Amino acid sequence: MTKIHIPTPLRQYTGKLPTVEVKAGTIAEALSSLTARHPDLRRHLYTEDGKLRSFVNVYLNDDDVRYLQKEATTVKDGDNISIVPSIAGGRS
Amino acid sequence: MLKISQSHYDSLRQHGEETYPHECCGVLLGRAGEDARVVTSIARCGNTRSDSPQNRYHIDPRELIRIQREGRERGEDIVGFYHSHPDHPARWSTTDLAEAHWFGCSYVITSVEKGQAVVTNSFELAGSEENGKALMDERVAIE
Repeated sequence: MTKIHIPTPLRQYTGKLPTVEVKAGTIAEALSSLTARHPDLRRHLYTEDGKLRSFVNVYLNDDDVRYLQKEATTVKDGDNISIVPSIAGGRS
Repeated sequence: MLKISQSHYDSLRQHGEETYPHECCGVLLGRAGEDARVVTSIARCGNTRSDSPQNRYHIDPRELIRIQREGRERGEDIVGFYHSHPDHPARWSTTDLAEAHWFGCSYVITSVEKGQAVVTNSFELAGSEENGKALMDERVAIE
C-alpha cells in the first residue's frame, strides 16, 4: 500500500484523515483512488480540464514528480506521496 | 486567533532581522483548536527566491515535507507560515494573497525596517476555494 499525506487545508475533504492509503502502480492511479474515495478533493487538486493545479506539488518520497515521469511515475508499496500546496509570497 | 509564546514570537521576528534586507520565511507548527491555532514550535526555512529575495519568498516543498514529518513525530501539525517584509508594512500584498493556498492556516508577516523588526501581524486564510479566498486580520495572543 502507498500512503498519501494530505495537507491541513484539504483534510476537511477526507473526513479529517491526515493520510489515506491506496493501492496503486502510478501517481495517476494513486490520485485517482484518492479522489474516487473523496470526490470533493478533486476540484481542489485539478483544474476543470483535468490538469493538476499549478500550485499543487506532488512528491513521491523526496522527489517532485514533475521531474520524474509526472503522473506516470511508478509507485511501489511503502512509498509516501505528499500533496504540498505551494508556500510563497512577497511584499509587493 | 493565533496563540504563540513570547520566545517563538521573538524568534520569528529575529529571523527577519537576520535575513534583512531579504525576506525570511518559516513554518509554524502546533495544533488547531476550535477558536485558535496554537503554535508549539517554529521551523526556519530557506528562501528559494534567490532571484528576488528582497521582495519575494518561496519555501521548498521538500523542506516542508521534512518539517511536516518531524512535526508529525512530535504530534504537531502545520498551523501556519511566517515571512518578513523588509522596509515595507506588515500587511499582506496581492502577491501574498495570490500565492496563499493553505486555507485555515495563519500567515504571519513582520515588517523589518532598517534591520529592526517593527510590527508583526497575523492573517488567517479564509475561504475554501481559490475564488473568494481572503486573508483576514486575526489577533495574536502572546503567552
